[in-house]
Amino acid sequence: MATLFGIDYQTWWFLLIGAVFTGYIILDGFDLGAGAVHLFFNKEESRRIALNAIGPVWDGNEVWIVIGGGALFAGFPEVYASLLSAFYIPFMVFLMGIVFRAISIEFRSKEPMLWWRRMWDISYCCSSTLIAFLLGVILGNVTQGINLGPDHVFRGNFTEFLNPYAILTGITTVALLMMHGAIYLVMKTENRLYTKLTIIVKNATIFFVIMILLTSFYTLLYLPHMATAIRKHPELFVVPVMMVLAIANITRQITKRKYLFAFISSSVTISLLMVLVAMELYPNMLISTQGAANNLTVYNASSSQKTLGIMLTVAAIGVPLVVAYTTFVFLTFKGKVELDEMSY
Amino acid sequence: MNVEILARIQFAFTIGFHYIYPPLSIGLGLVMVIMEGTYLKTGNKMYEQMTKFFVRIFALIFGIGVATGIVMEFEFGTNWAVYSKYVGDVFGSALAAEGIFAFALESGFLGVLLFGWNKVPPAVHFFATVMVTIGSMFSAVWIVVANSWQQTPAGFHIVGQGLKARAEITDFWAMVFNPSSVARLTHVWLGSFLSGAFLVLSIAAYYLLKKRYVEFSKAAFKIALVVATLSAVAQLFVGHQSADVVAKYQPAKLAALEGHYDGSKPGDLYLMGYVDQKKQETHGLYIPGGLSFLTHGDFKAPITGLNNFKPEDRPGAVNFVFQTYHLMVAIGMFLIAISLYGCFLWWRGKLFDKRWLLIIFSYSVLLPQIANQVGWYSAEVGRQPWVVYGLLRTSKALSQAVSAGSIIFSLILFTWVYLVLLVLFIYLLNKKIKHGPFDEENLDHSPRHIEMADTLG
Repeated sequence: MATLFGIDYQTWWFLLIGAVFTGYIILDGFDLGAGAVHLFFNKEESRRIALNAIGPVWDGNEVWIVIGGGALFAGFPEVYASLLSAFYIPFMVFLMGIVFRAISIEFRSKEPMLWWRRMWDISYCCSSTLIAFLLGVILGNVTQGINLGPDHVFRGNFTEFLNPYAILTGITTVALLMMHGAIYLVMKTENRLYTKLTIIVKNATIFFVIMILLTSFYTLLYLPHMATAIRKHPELFVVPVMMVLAIANITRQITKRKYLFAFISSSVTISLLMVLVAMELYPNMLISTQGAANNLTVYNASSSQKTLGIMLTVAAIGVPLVVAYTTFVFLTFKGKVELDEMSY
Repeated sequence: MNVEILARIQFAFTIGFHYIYPPLSIGLGLVMVIMEGTYLKTGNKMYEQMTKFFVRIFALIFGIGVATGIVMEFEFGTNWAVYSKYVGDVFGSALAAEGIFAFALESGFLGVLLFGWNKVPPAVHFFATVMVTIGSMFSAVWIVVANSWQQTPAGFHIVGQGLKARAEITDFWAMVFNPSSVARLTHVWLGSFLSGAFLVLSIAAYYLLKKRYVEFSKAAFKIALVVATLSAVAQLFVGHQSADVVAKYQPAKLAALEGHYDGSKPGDLYLMGYVDQKKQETHGLYIPGGLSFLTHGDFKAPITGLNNFKPEDRPGAVNFVFQTYHLMVAIGMFLIAISLYGCFLWWRGKLFDKRWLLIIFSYSVLLPQIANQVGWYSAEVGRQPWVVYGLLRTSKALSQAVSAGSIIFSLILFTWVYLVLLVLFIYLLNKKIKHGPFDEENLDHSPRHIEMADTLG
C-alpha cells in the first residue's frame, strides 16, 4: 500500500476531506450563522450592513463544500453514493436551501419595496437556518450510523433521518453557527448595530453551551461507540479537554470584547469537534446499524491507489493556491463594512 | 412512470436550467475583460461605466449559476449511485479538480470583482476580472473532460463485476485528453462566447433602437460584434471537428444525428427533415452523400447506419436527436450570417443604419441559448442507451435506494423553484437593462424608502 510520511493514502484522504469539511463549516458557517440571526435586526440599514458584511466572501466560502463533495466523490465514491442516495429527500431539501439562500442574497437589494425585501429577508434567514440544521442532522446520522445493507445500499426509510439524536445535533449546529456568525458580524459593525450584536452574541453563546452539553450527555449515554478511541488511548482525552477550554475562552473573550479572539476560539471549537468525530469514526466513514461487516471504511470504500495519488498531487498544488487567494480576498475586505453604490 | 425516466427527466431539467447561466458567465466575462482592458488602456470613463454595468448583470447570472451548479454536483450521488460508484475514480477526480482549480478561483475573485471597485487599485481589479473569467473557463475544462470521458472513455480499466464493477484510472492524462475532450471543450467555449456576446449585442441594439445611451451602446456593440463574429466563424470549424470525433468514436450517435439507417449506403446530409422511426426512413431536404463527403471526403463512401446496431444498443429517440442537432446547426449558420453582415456594414460605415438588423440583434440573445441547449440534448440523448458509452447502460446506473415517489417529490420541488427563479431572473435582468447603465442603481437611499424601512421590524 502506498504511503506518504508513513501514512497510507486512504488515511491521508480521510484527513484531507475532514479538513475541507471543517474549513467549510468554519467559513460558510459564519455566513450561515449571520443568516440565521438576520431577522433579529429591525432596521433596513442594519440588515443591509449585515448582508454586506458577508457579501464579498460568502460565495468563496461555499466553494469548500464543492471541493469537499468533489473530493468525497473522487476519493470515496462508495461513501458519496451510499450517503447521498440514502438520504435523498433531506439532501434535496438541503440543495433547495442552497439555491434559495443564494438568490435571496442576490435578489434582495434589487427592488426597493418593503414586501420584497421582507420576503427575501425571511427566505435568507430560513434557508440559512435550514442548511445549518441539516448539516447537523447529517453529521448526527453519520456518527450514529445508518441502516446499510450488505451491498452498502441503504435499507431504511428516509424518515429515519429525523431521529432524536440527529435533531439534537441539528439544533446544536444551528446554535454553534449562530454564535459563530454573530461574532463575525460584531467584528464587521459599529455603533448601535454593534451594541445590538453584542447581546445577540451573548445569547447565542448561552444557547450553544446548553446544546453542546445536552449533545455530549446524549452521545456518552447512547452512542458508546463514539468513545472507543478515547477509552483505548486515554491520552486522546486531551482533545475534549481542549474543546472545553476553547468554549470557555469564547465566553472569556466575549466578556473582554476581544471579538477577533472569540472568533478564533469558536473556529478552534468547530475544528476540535470535527477532530473528535473523525477520531472516533476512523477507520469507518459510514457506520452500518446492521453490523460492522457492512460498515464503509476508508479501505473498502476508497478509489484506487493511483487515483488517490493523483488527487494528492492535485491537492498539493490546489490547496495553497486557494488559501492564498482566500487570504487576499479577506484582507481586501477587512475592517468594518462600508456601503457603496455596488453594495447589495 | 419508472425511476429511470423520472431520474433522467430530473437530471435533464436541472442541468438544462443550470446551463443557461455558466455559458453567459464565461462569455460575458470575456467581454468584460475586453471592456475593462480598454478602460485601463485609454482611461476613458465610459468604458469603466460599461464594465460596471455589465458586472451588475454578471453578478445576477453568476449567483444563479453557482447555486444551481451545487445541485448538479450532489445529484450524481443522490440519483445515480451505481453510476457514481462506477465512475468515481475517474469522473470524481475531474469534478474535484474543477472545485479546487476553477471554482475556487472564480468565486474567490468574484468578491473583488463585484465589491472591490473602491478597495483595490484599477489594475488589481482588472486582474480579478481576468481571474474570474479564467476560472469560469477552467470550470468548463473539467466538466467537459468529465462528460467527454463518458462519451469516449480512455485511460482506464474495469475492475470487478456486476454491481461491483468500476472504472479505475490507468493514465490520468489519457483520461483528461480522451479523444473527444479538446474538440468538445472548444465547442463549448465558443458556444459560451456566443451567449455572452449576443447578450451584450442585444442590450446595445435595444438601447440604439430606443435612441438611449447612443455613444455607449455603439462602443459596446462593436466590442461584442468582434467577439461574436470570431466565435461564430470559428464554431463552424470546431463544430465540424466535433462531428468528426463522433463519426469516429460514436457511430451510432452519428447515424442518429442524420437519421441514417442503412449501413451499406452513403450518408446524406440533411438541411431539414424528419425521421420516421417506425419505417426507419428519413425525409426532407438533403445533399446526397453529403455526410459521407464530410466524414470521408468521398460522396460514395458508406456510413455505418443504425441498422448495424442491435435495437437495444441504439438511441431510442432518433427523431429527437435529429431535430435538436439540425436546429443547433441552423442557428449556428444564422449567427454566422448576421454577425458577418454586421461586420460588412461596419466596414462600409453603416453598421447602425439598418433598423431591421438592430431588431434582429435585440432578439438574437435567445439564439445561442437555444443552440447550447439543443446541442447538448442531441449529444446526451444521442449517447443513449449508454451513460458511459459502450460500458454502462443508463438503466443500470440508478440509485437502488431511491423510489419513484421520492423523485416525483424532488422533481416537483425543482420545477416549481426553478420556474419562479427563471421568472424573477428575467424580470430583474429586464429591469436592469431598462434602468440603463448610468443612473444610481440602489434605490435604498431615497427618503421614501428609509421612511418605510423604519417600520420593518
